[in-house]
Amino acid sequence: MTPEIKERIETLINGSTIMVFMKGTKLMPQCGFSNNVVQILNVLGVPFETFDVLSDYDVRQGIKEFSNWPTIPQVYLNGEFLGGSDILIEMYQNGQLQETVEVAMAS
Amino acid sequence: MINPDQVITMIKTGLPDAEVQINDLTGGGDHFEATVVSANFEGLTLVKQHQLVYKTVQEAMSTNDIHALALKTYTPEKWSALQS
Repeated sequence: MTPEIKERIETLINGSTIMVFMKGTKLMPQCGFSNNVVQILNVLGVPFETFDVLSDYDVRQGIKEFSNWPTIPQVYLNGEFLGGSDILIEMYQNGQLQETVEVAMAS
Repeated sequence: MINPDQVITMIKTGLPDAEVQINDLTGGGDHFEATVVSANFEGLTLVKQHQLVYKTVQEAMSTNDIHALALKTYTPEKWSALQS
């Protein structure tokens, strides 16, 4: 990964409290796993930004290396990697997600 | 195309103590779901637990032989609590 790509990813991650790297957009997710994450965040009713990795090959490959995580979607909260679809679903189901997001939003 | 047994072998090579169950989600040999139980997960966050498993299949995922691997990871303690 070039320093330029790394810097672009860091700028994206630090640009909003919740940043989702996904396939497609909030309105039209192009993958079931990305859709899971969008639906969960919609239910929580919190603001979040998304980046469509299908529109940018460098970010699509770079984010996998950056997070040490092989799949999309990837969710960042306050600049830290929170998890992918499985982890978001599990955290949502056990109530941990609501709690973590509330704390992050308040800070 | 990869069969579920090959995925189990990859995971067990990286995590020898792991108990692994695999489902081929689409039957196409590239979308899998794995349940992994290992004592190596003790004290780790879910992200770190999943990263440990992903590392064992890194090559197959980077070549896209495995397109998706949904994960559920448990420590032996958590797993037995779940079964009771």
